[in-house]
Amino acid sequence: MKLHEYRSKQLFSKFGIPIPRGRVAMTAHEAKTIARELGCPVVIKAQVLVGGRGKAGGIRLVHTPEEAEEAATQVLGMQINGLPVRKVLVDEAAEISSEIYLGVTNDRAIRSPVMMASAEGGVDIEEVARTHPDKIVRTYIDPLLGFQDHQARYLAVAIELARDHWREFINIACGLYRAYKSSDATLAEINPLVITGDNRLLALDGKMVLDDNALFRHSDLAEMRDIDEEEAIEREARRFGLSYVKLDGSIGCMVNGAGLAMATMDVVKLFGGEPANFLDIGGGAGADKVSAALQLILRDPNVKVVMFNIFGGITRCDEVARGILATLEEVDTDLPMVARLVGTNEEEGRRLLAEADLVTATSLADAAEKAVALAGKGASK
Amino acid sequence: MSILIDKNTRLIVQGITGREGIFHTSRMLAYGTQVVAGVTPGKGGEWVLDGKVPVFDTVHRAVEITGANASVIFVPASFAPDAILEASDANVPLIVCITEGIPIQDMMRVRRFLDQDGVRLVGPNSPGLLTPGGCKVGIIPGHITEPGNVGIVSRSGTLTYEVLYALKMEGIGVSTCVGIGGDPINGTSFTDILGMFEADPHTEKVVIIGEIGGRDEEIAAEYISERMTKQVVAFIAGRTAPPGKRMGHAGAIVEGGTGLAVDKINSLEAVGAAVAEHPEKIPDLLK
Repeated sequence: MKLHEYRSKQLFSKFGIPIPRGRVAMTAHEAKTIARELGCPVVIKAQVLVGGRGKAGGIRLVHTPEEAEEAATQVLGMQINGLPVRKVLVDEAAEISSEIYLGVTNDRAIRSPVMMASAEGGVDIEEVARTHPDKIVRTYIDPLLGFQDHQARYLAVAIELARDHWREFINIACGLYRAYKSSDATLAEINPLVITGDNRLLALDGKMVLDDNALFRHSDLAEMRDIDEEEAIEREARRFGLSYVKLDGSIGCMVNGAGLAMATMDVVKLFGGEPANFLDIGGGAGADKVSAALQLILRDPNVKVVMFNIFGGITRCDEVARGILATLEEVDTDLPMVARLVGTNEEEGRRLLAEADLVTATSLADAAEKAVALAGKGASK
Repeated sequence: MSILIDKNTRLIVQGITGREGIFHTSRMLAYGTQVVAGVTPGKGGEWVLDGKVPVFDTVHRAVEITGANASVIFVPASFAPDAILEASDANVPLIVCITEGIPIQDMMRVRRFLDQDGVRLVGPNSPGLLTPGGCKVGIIPGHITEPGNVGIVSRSGTLTYEVLYALKMEGIGVSTCVGIGGDPINGTSFTDILGMFEADPHTEKVVIIGEIGGRDEEIAAEYISERMTKQVVAFIAGRTAPPGKRMGHAGAIVEGGTGLAVDKINSLEAVGAAVAEHPEKIPDLLK
């Protein structure tokens, strides 16, 4: 789960990281009031959970409260990379003399948190990482010991930070690690961390991504989820305990298990089809869950064929079949469906589905081949 | 005839009185696994499954009384890190964690501690291990495979069952099947298991079932090139997965250009490991 810039910076501030004075506004009028309170110039910043805000015109420097209102009116009406702008952050403008990158994330291969810093902050840090990897310095953090002062000094020296900023920088780096750890983040980054015209360090922009698996112990943060972050259909799937990812193809897939669901998509593609989605119903799904899953698939207008691939272990094939049949009684659809059920109670499952006129398949390859053939027919109608 | 588990494994089940714990304990017993004890804090002194398995309050007590040498964990994600550390503290040499959804920072701390402690963790988010005809630890269905000489190591659950079943249909048996789990931070890597299969005289060939995310398959490819004399065959799931999206497993995500299926496939093929087009083709490649 991603946090908005203003939420991230509020959190950073709690850990002693200096941030610009500012407040979030839902309307242009509010933005004007905040601009007047703060004193201009101010920056109007779109709060959306995608990159490329600046390039899309979602960040504006303004010099009067009236300009702030006008800029906020424009920005609040924007869509940035498909996401609507519903809030703007009004921050006092800072004079920038240089821009640093500072971030902490999980390094999967090293199995530790890693703090990264670069003197080339501000611009697209991924671009810097690609073209000048030597310009980003890293220090790995022992997850049992936590971040140490000497590691902050190492970074400060490596990015050639002037000595009079070291004390501030160490406080900021330690604060950033504490923000990351205390909120179970997978990423906490300040980009840019600027040196201002009056020679102070200031966290101008902030970004945090939280570990969804840890939200159970951060109910205050979990409430901050922006519903625009994920597609409505994916959000609904999560509510049912289903794992769903929307794709662009025409063959809707329902599978138990994540690895098998990926493999099923791959086999569909291998036989010349395009999967419409990834959908894992998990282990031991009952008829209700199967029914919810099928209804999600049928809501996608691109779907021309539905393919079921169930390898029953703790999931029972007859239970899956009942879920499918119950849905077909409720929902009016003439889409062709291919079912391949193997494992626990497969005979009963297959018998139930054969009565309902579903195409049955014996192997994964067989199912994919049949589904692709049916999708082709549908397309040429 | 196997790695990590066999007929001599004496298993305890942490979280034995939970819904999943009790169900899978009955399956493991039916398969012939020696489940010598269960642990549920507060339920010590009870017996479950018609008096077949005693329950203890702590892993320490269970190990002390039953001489257990392995543990399987079915407790919820919020309690699982503590359960792993408890088993480690009681010097259980093999800990298998089935639980899915453990926070990643918890797992980084647990793994770092276990590295110092010297016990082996398999998982989390693992279906467990199966030595056909000998021992089942976890949730892999027993009837879909037979004893044999092919070692299996996988990051997935049902996809592994699919492969076991496809092998059985072709009359190919398995020495041990190990699910290392679908999380980004786990206790045992592909490389760890490859080394054990290489050393096991009863394993002749090895199947790796990988998926998108991380670089564990690429590291395994390096190991195959440097150390493996036995034939290795692979399948990698997720060729069609879009970047930046988590595909069910916490660890199955292509991030910043790392973790692509095509890179894993190329790395494995470059060191002579045949990669199957789809899971049902694995038996052909083993012939």
